[in-house]
Amino acid sequence: MPRNRSGGGLAALSSSVRRTARPYSARKAQPIRRRVVVGVLALVSLALMTVYFREAEDGPLHDVQSVASTAMHPFDVGAERVARPFRDAYGWLSDLFNAREENQQLKDQIEQLRNQAIQNSTAATEVKRLQALLDYRRSDEFPADYDAIGAAVLADPPSDYEQFIIISAGSQDGVRLNAPVVTDEGLVGKVTRVSREQSRVALLTDKESAVSAYDVESEADGVIRHGAGGGDALILDRVPKDERVVRGDLVATSGRRFQLLPSIYPRNIQIGVVTSFGQTDIEANQQIQVDPFVDFDSLGAVLILKRKTPEPRFP
Amino acid sequence: MTLLPDALKAALLLFLAVVVQATIVGSFHVLRGTPDLVLVLLLVIALLRGSIFGAVAGFWAGFLLDTAYLGTLGVSSLLLTLAGYWIGRYGETTGRDRAHAPFVSVAVVTFLFAVGELVLQFLLGEAVEARAALIDAMPATLALNLLLTVPVYAVVRRLLAPERDTGARSLEVPIVG
Repeated sequence: MPRNRSGGGLAALSSSVRRTARPYSARKAQPIRRRVVVGVLALVSLALMTVYFREAEDGPLHDVQSVASTAMHPFDVGAERVARPFRDAYGWLSDLFNAREENQQLKDQIEQLRNQAIQNSTAATEVKRLQALLDYRRSDEFPADYDAIGAAVLADPPSDYEQFIIISAGSQDGVRLNAPVVTDEGLVGKVTRVSREQSRVALLTDKESAVSAYDVESEADGVIRHGAGGGDALILDRVPKDERVVRGDLVATSGRRFQLLPSIYPRNIQIGVVTSFGQTDIEANQQIQVDPFVDFDSLGAVLILKRKTPEPRFP
Repeated sequence: MTLLPDALKAALLLFLAVVVQATIVGSFHVLRGTPDLVLVLLLVIALLRGSIFGAVAGFWAGFLLDTAYLGTLGVSSLLLTLAGYWIGRYGETTGRDRAHAPFVSVAVVTFLFAVGELVLQFLLGEAVEARAALIDAMPATLALNLLLTVPVYAVVRRLLAPERDTGARSLEVPIVG
């Protein structure tokens, strides 16, 4: 039967609740006894706690606890023996239920580790590539009157007929139109379009590309163009027949002006090596094929050259 | 006088509960929660037998727990004494004959006991992990304790009948007005 204790005196009196009739002194003594008992027990607990906490490991309360624990030990052992089969069964079932979840977790972990391994491998390759670029930037081969802007290759050539790449540096990084682009392996091409954060670079293998170059051994001048046969092969064009060019000769940028136009490429950036040469009676120049040092299909990062001196002005 | 045999029965029950808790129930983990047989038993005893009985039973259960787990003597005693007293008072005043009283008692005290234990451990300079105890484990512990309440209450109610003033006279409180 619910009793309303919070409704005030009148409400309590107005309900017909059966109450135990006790002598007045007993009713008064009951709360006091209650409070005394709980107070004493709480104080004893606090005292136990304090003494136990402050005393040494071999103090009297520790001894009492040790004795009591020893007394309980047989019961603990007995209960444990009785319960062991059930605990084992519970553990077996629990493991069984957890096995599927654990299996999934392990699979997820393997997948994560695999991804991590791929990322690590990619990062290692990237580091190696960037280190090579940095070494090239610090070497004597790097053109002295140029600075370098590093950029990652964001997009590879879309097709054999569109030989350009997109790099992650733009006008805000200091990239200018027609700036030469190189790697530690050699000349890559030149910047043909510049946006704020990205640029487009026409590769040497582009049909429109033409770079004044020379045979380093014979010092025969010519122009590097894309070969007619497709692929990455280049040709060194406009080399007169009387120039002595042989297989294995190194080809590099000449940096020379053609007529009135200043060259946009600094001198002596390596391009490739002569793989074949020949001449016909009807041709005025030699047919020289050059194998480029740069692998245009796997460019990861490049350097854009920026002149330290003012840009040459085209007439 | 059934008080002494009842006290002996309660003491024995709590002793067995501590042993079972330490050896069996304590290793029973579900969703990070662990049922607390001793706490549930104590609350049921306190609910049925009153505040003084509950306080003394709480002190005894706490002493046994601290002994079984080799914990700081007095910590569990203090918390369980207060829990037993409080729920005993609840039983004496409003909760004894209500069907939901055991569940309400167990639910509230399970949470407060965990909080009190954390506070005392913190004061004693022990490592405490409030998130694990109050957030991660609490829902499961609460549910398990509530599940335990049903059989424990049924058993204890048979063994320890609610205190009745069989010899005392009863009177009707007259309607005023």
